[in-house]
Order: sequence, then C-alpha cells, then structure tokens
Amino acid sequence: MLTILFDGIAYGMLLFILAVGLAVTLGLMNFINLAHGAFAMAGGYVTVIALQRFGLPFLACLPLAFAVSALLGAVLERTLYRPLYTKSHLDQVLFSIGLVFMAVAGVDYFMGSSQQNVQLPEWLSGRTEWGDGAFMLGMGHYRLFIIGICAVLTVVLQLILTRTRFGSRLRAAVDDPRVAAGLGINVNVVFLLTFAMGSGLAGLGGALGAEVLGLDPTFPLKNMIYFLIVVSVGGTSSITGPLLAALLLGIADVAGKYYIPKMGAFTVYVLMIMILLWRPQGLFTRQGGK
Amino acid sequence: MNLDNHPIDNNPTVLSAQNLVMKFGGITATNNVSLDLKKGARHALIGPNGAGKTTLINQLTGVLTPTSGRIALLGQDITDLAPHLRVRRGLVRTFQINQLFDSMTPLQTLALVVSQHLGLGSKWWQPLGQHAEVAARCEALLSQFHLTDVANTPTRVMAYGKRRLLEIAIALACEPKVLLLDEPVAGVPAGERDELLNTVGALPEDVSVLLIEHDMDLVFSFATRMTVLVNGTLLTEGSPEEIANDPQVKAVYLGHGENAHG
Amino acid sequence: MMAMAPDSLRTSVQSTLQSSLLQPSKPKIWELLIWIAAFVLPWLLPQKALMINEIAIVALFAMSLDLVLGYTGIVSLGHAAFFGFGAYSAALFAKWVLPDPLLGLALAMVLCAVLGAIASVTIWRGTDLTRLMVTLGTALILLELANKFDGLTGGTDGLQGVLMGPVLGHFDFDLMGQVAAWYSISVALVLFLFMRRLVNSPFGATLKAIRDNRLRAMAIGISVNSRLTLVYTVAAAVAGAAGALLSQTTGFASLDVLAFDRSADVMLMLVIGGVGWLYGGILGAIVFKLLQDSLSAITPQYWMFWIGLILVLLTLVGRERLFKPWTWFGARS
Repeated sequence: MLTILFDGIAYGMLLFILAVGLAVTLGLMNFINLAHGAFAMAGGYVTVIALQRFGLPFLACLPLAFAVSALLGAVLERTLYRPLYTKSHLDQVLFSIGLVFMAVAGVDYFMGSSQQNVQLPEWLSGRTEWGDGAFMLGMGHYRLFIIGICAVLTVVLQLILTRTRFGSRLRAAVDDPRVAAGLGINVNVVFLLTFAMGSGLAGLGGALGAEVLGLDPTFPLKNMIYFLIVVSVGGTSSITGPLLAALLLGIADVAGKYYIPKMGAFTVYVLMIMILLWRPQGLFTRQGGK
Repeated sequence: MNLDNHPIDNNPTVLSAQNLVMKFGGITATNNVSLDLKKGARHALIGPNGAGKTTLINQLTGVLTPTSGRIALLGQDITDLAPHLRVRRGLVRTFQINQLFDSMTPLQTLALVVSQHLGLGSKWWQPLGQHAEVAARCEALLSQFHLTDVANTPTRVMAYGKRRLLEIAIALACEPKVLLLDEPVAGVPAGERDELLNTVGALPEDVSVLLIEHDMDLVFSFATRMTVLVNGTLLTEGSPEEIANDPQVKAVYLGHGENAHG
Repeated sequence: MMAMAPDSLRTSVQSTLQSSLLQPSKPKIWELLIWIAAFVLPWLLPQKALMINEIAIVALFAMSLDLVLGYTGIVSLGHAAFFGFGAYSAALFAKWVLPDPLLGLALAMVLCAVLGAIASVTIWRGTDLTRLMVTLGTALILLELANKFDGLTGGTDGLQGVLMGPVLGHFDFDLMGQVAAWYSISVALVLFLFMRRLVNSPFGATLKAIRDNRLRAMAIGISVNSRLTLVYTVAAAVAGAAGALLSQTTGFASLDVLAFDRSADVMLMLVIGGVGWLYGGILGAIVFKLLQDSLSAITPQYWMFWIGLILVLLTLVGRERLFKPWTWFGARS
C-alpha cells in the first residue's frame, strides 16, 4: 500500500511538471491550449534521439529536452498563438486541436508509430525496499529520481514566482493584464517567456516521463485529459493548486488501477466530473479566483 | 413576511431590503443596509465610487447572495429566490455596462424579451413573431425608445447611445413593477443624452424606480427621494433638498467638486 | 408621453416588423432545391450511394452539435458520446430484439435523450474550460464502458453481424447502398425540419440569448438551466439518431463511434460550414467528407496532418477571410 502511495506520488509529481505550464498559461492568457502535450512529446522524442543517435548521457538529455521545447514554445507563441489571444475559446480549442493533429501525424511520419524505449542509465534502474508485508515501501530508483527532480523544480518555480521581479510581473499580469501593462510591464514579453518556460517544463516532463508513461505519436492525445484534469481541478490562481491536484490524480489513478482493475481509468474520470460539479472553479482555487 | 403600509402617506412598499450584509472574504462590501422602495417611487441611490451601489443591486436581483439580511418584493420574501424568477415577479434591472445580445437586431431582441415575458419562451413549434401581440409591443417599444430607425441593424454596430436606449428598452419590455436603473447615462455622448434623459423621465408612473447615478443633473431632476451610500454603509436618506443641504453628505460626496450641483 | 403616430401608420409598421421577424422561418426556394437534389443523388450516382449515406449521417450529427454549440454557445468536446451511444443501442436492439430499422432508431433516440438529460446537469455550472472537461470526460467514460463491457459491445473488434430488416416492412437494404442513402436522407430531412422549427421559434431565440449573454438572459426571466437541459436532450437524441443510422446502414458498430476524433471532426465540420446556421452543418459535412475522401486517397496514413493544418489555418485566418486570400497578410477586410 505504501508502494502504491509512493508510485502515485511519483506519477503525480510528473503530471505536475507536465501540466504546470498549461495552468500558468491558462491563468495568464486565458488560452485553452490543448496542444500542450505536443511540447511534452517533443521533449520525449528529443531525449530518445539524443540517447540513441548521439549517445548523449541521460542526464544531459534532460536540459536539452527543456531547451528544445522551450525554444519551440517561444517560436510558436510569437508566430501562431499570439493572434489567437483575442479570439473565442472555441477558436482556441480548435486551433490547438489542429496543432495536435499536425504534431501527431508529423511525428508518426518521421519517427514511426511504435513505442519508443528509453534506456535508463545503470544507477537509475533498480529498487530499494524498506519494511515488509503490507506496509512495504518499494521505491524504484527512477521514481525516486523523478520525485527528487520535480520537488526541486517546484521549489524553484515557487521561488521564481514569489521572490523575483519576473515572478511579480507574472503575477501582476495574471491578475490584470491591462493594469499590468499600464504599470509599464511588458505583457508581451511576460507571455512569451512564460509560454516558453511552460513548454520547456512540459518537454522536461516528457523526457522524464517517457519511461513511465510511454512515448509514441499519440502521447498528446492520450494524456491531454490528465493535464486538463490537473488544471481544472487545481485551478489557475496558484501553483500549489495544480500540485495538489496532480498528486491527488496520481495517487487516485495508481490506486484505482491497482485496487479496482476492472474500472481502470474510469475512476479518474468519474472523480473529475464529480469534483468539477461540486466546485466548478477548481478544488484549490480561492473563492472569487479565475 | 408581511409589510404594513406606511402610516403617513399610505403608500405600499414594493421592494424592501432589511439589514443586508455582504462580505467577500475579509471585505465588507455592504454593511447593514436597509432600503424601502415605495410604489411609484423615483428613488435615487448615490454615493462615491466603490460605495457598493452595484453590489447592492446585485443582491436585490439575486446575482449575489447576501451574507445576511432579507429582501422582500411586493410583500413576499425573495431572499432565496433565483434571479430569473425575481424577474418574472416584476423586479427588473438595467446594467451599468450594456448587456445586450450582440448577434441580434433590436427588433429581434425586443421580440425575444416580449415573447419570454408573454410566456411564449418555451414554444418551439411556431416562429418567433407569429403572435401579432409581439409585433405590436415591439413597435411601441421601438417607437418609445427612438429605435425604429435601427430596428434591423445588428446590435454590435449600433452607436453607443442607441445601445444604451436598447438596454433600457429591454428592461421595459419585461413590464417591470420595480425597475433598478444602474447608471443609465454613463458614457453616453452629449448629443445622445437628452434622448435618454427624456425617456427615463417619461417612465410610467406605476413603475417604481430605483436609480443609481453619478450625474447630479439627472438625479436632482428625477428623484423625489435619495439614499446616500458610503463604503457600503447607509449614510443618510431623505428628500433631495434635505440631502443637498446635509453637511455630512456635502463633506463626503457633493462638496468635493465632483459634479457639484443643486 | 410623446405624441403617438396615427393608428394606421402604427399598424403598417407592426406588420412590417412582423414580416421581418417571420422572414427566417419562411422556406426558401434554394432550400427546396437542395433537398430535392439530395434525394435525386442516390438515383443519379448509385456507385456513390454509400458515400452519400455517410454524408447524410454526419450532416445530421453536425447539425445536432450546432444546436448545442452554435445556437447555445456550449463548447462540447464529447458530443460523440451520444453518437456512439445511439450507434450501439440501435445495433444491439437489431441484433438481440428486433431488426426493424425505425423501431431501433426510435429506441436509440429515446435512450440518448435520457442520457442527454442526465449529462446536461454537468454543463449547468462552470467556465468554458470546465465544460470542455466534463463533456470530454463523459465521452471518455462511455468509451471506457464500451471497452470494458466487451461481451456486449464486441470491444475493440466491434459489434458485428447486425442484419437489418426492411424499412417500413417493405424496403430491403440493398448492397449498393441506395436504400440506405434514401433512408438516412429521409431521417435527416425529418429531423432537420424539426430543428429548423426549433431554432426559429421563441425557444430558439432564448437559446441564442443564452449564447450571447447568459447574464442578461437570466435578467429577462429565462431559466437558463432548464433551457440547457432541454436543448442538450434534443441534441443528444438527434446525435443518437445519426449514430443509429450509421450502425444500421453499415451493419457494424465499433469503438471509434465514441472516440475523440468523432467529436473533433464534427466540430471541424461546423467551423468549415459555419456555426449558428443549420445549413452550416450540412455544408461542412459535405466539404469535410469530400476532403477526407480525396486526402485519404493521396496520403492514407497522414490525413490527420492535413485536417490539423486546415483547422490551424481556419482559426488563424478566420472563416470569412479564408475566402478572401488578399486579406491574409496584413490587410484587414
């Protein structure tokens, strides 16, 4: 049972890193970006290519995945996303679905449709076990690694948001873009950097998650619902909301699949609908938040 | 909840707010406000920006649920009644920022409102406008609000003044018993204000009106009774002369050079 | 009050206003021509009958989504839930109870209406995003259910061997697909006429009010939640009819009737053809199917890419401007 909790936490933290960019851009630009998963997929495939074709060590692939996805995000934000900020939610949804379709088909064409395998380095394979019986805690080293990296990233993100000038500009722009612009904050630059960072984090998550979640061209479509759950349940007014939502989702999914295998993903969807019915603004948004 | 007639002028109270309190987290937007609106009233609600006037209207119409207090319409408690049901009982409002149906024309908009009001809103098998009554009422409203010439113009391209007239026409199409007007002349260009002011002045006598306005010209020419709200609290209430001469009011509001008149 | 115009003038203004209001609901010549053409087509091009059948089915599906999306403003990513539910209901009814097409159709519609009414509760509250989520979630739940109950639905292999009886006890389904095409077109026409009345009625006007400005809709006395439930129920029933037609005319139902692709495709059709206009769904369905047909012939595997590209271009450039290439770079039309 403790192992399940552990696995759930690892999965949850991974989901958080994958989805946090989506939460922030939704809160910031009020843009429903269903293509967020495509950036994650990009990070995953970059890692696979770097590992297999260029023989880069695994640890070096992670910042590379972040950088490539961030760059991709920056370019797309400036060229394609920006004109759509003022359009209706329907247009935004359709646009991002179109992007996903293009990404999925494109990756299928260039990389083939089979599952990609990520060769983990020696020191990340393996497992440590504490205790025994029902309370045994089995910790895969890779999952430990994921938890560690994600925890560090979470702290760094929170520090950036609360302690840096960029962070306060970002928070101002989320609260009220017009007022922020009136205060001299270059809202366009904030949007660009935030989108790039969010995409970069997604890419990093994709790289980290390739082993856990699987990696194939349908990745953005399969996992989109999970990212959206994190964002809609967690709310967009903080990053602790999505963090808690991601952890809840991770644990619920892992536990659900273990204890009630017949139901599988079903439990997660039902849970999500019930939560959203009860609190449409998200579980962790403060009253009156977006 | 049974309300007695006012002993002095025997005029029934149509809308009554009792000890309304509205708290948002740590902020108290409405602090123990009570208000009585008499039949046929021309009652103005004034106060500086941020005094909580629109918040009060939102509570009266049911858009916001007060933290505590009761609201009664025509002698019946409506505190827990849904907004659309209050409208059906005759409590109608206009909005400070135009809330129109941009894809429709004024004719279609008014036809919709009239149909809904006449109870035709759930009829699906006959076309909109089948009833001659609908067209008749639309004609009257369009003419009353000087919208006949733009009757078939899409709302989104109409001039602001006309949109404002439509805003009020929609409310009148509901045949209100109590009408809450939220800053009707706000933002209307000088050339279109008179049209609007005349229309507001010519409202039927049996409609009880609560007016929120900053324009003191309109307030003093229109109102027979005034309530002053400051920081969510009721400061004072009385006739326009009493209010104009009240030193407290002058200090807080009228005396600061803001639209100082009357 | 200001002086009123003489009664005779007012009466004539009133009748002008009334005819203005009644204009959209009057049948037009071109509409008649389109439907006549639709019925003639399977006779004229019998080798294309199957394709015509498919177009009629997705056109009906698209129109049902338009009720919810175009007329009421609800962004739903899971409309395929009702399409699929209708498809499976009709298939199972034909297989295990009675292979009569019209009875199966009626049953599918009733079941989907019930499902729609229940599901409508989930779209009462919340923002566009939460509505997106719950509609997506509903469709995914149904997909999971269909997957899990594979004894009933055939799972990933699909439900096979659905043999239909003759329509109205008389018209057997032929191999060419002509009867199928006429069946689908007839059902589509009947439901279209119903929806056409609906959207031009006062009820339809209240839907548009909810779409344009929900706050004001409430402020004029419209009970938003009950309207949402009603339109969702109707849209679900019509989508279910489309799904039933599919499984009845193809003799087969598989999991892809519930897939996200279906929901996305039908949205694309509405965007191509135009939302808020019933003929938009028909137009979009025709264009989409023809596109799909020709692109699949060219690049069978990667046609998803082209669909994606079209979506991106359509939303970036905007539907009106798409047909005016000179406005693409800079010049605002």
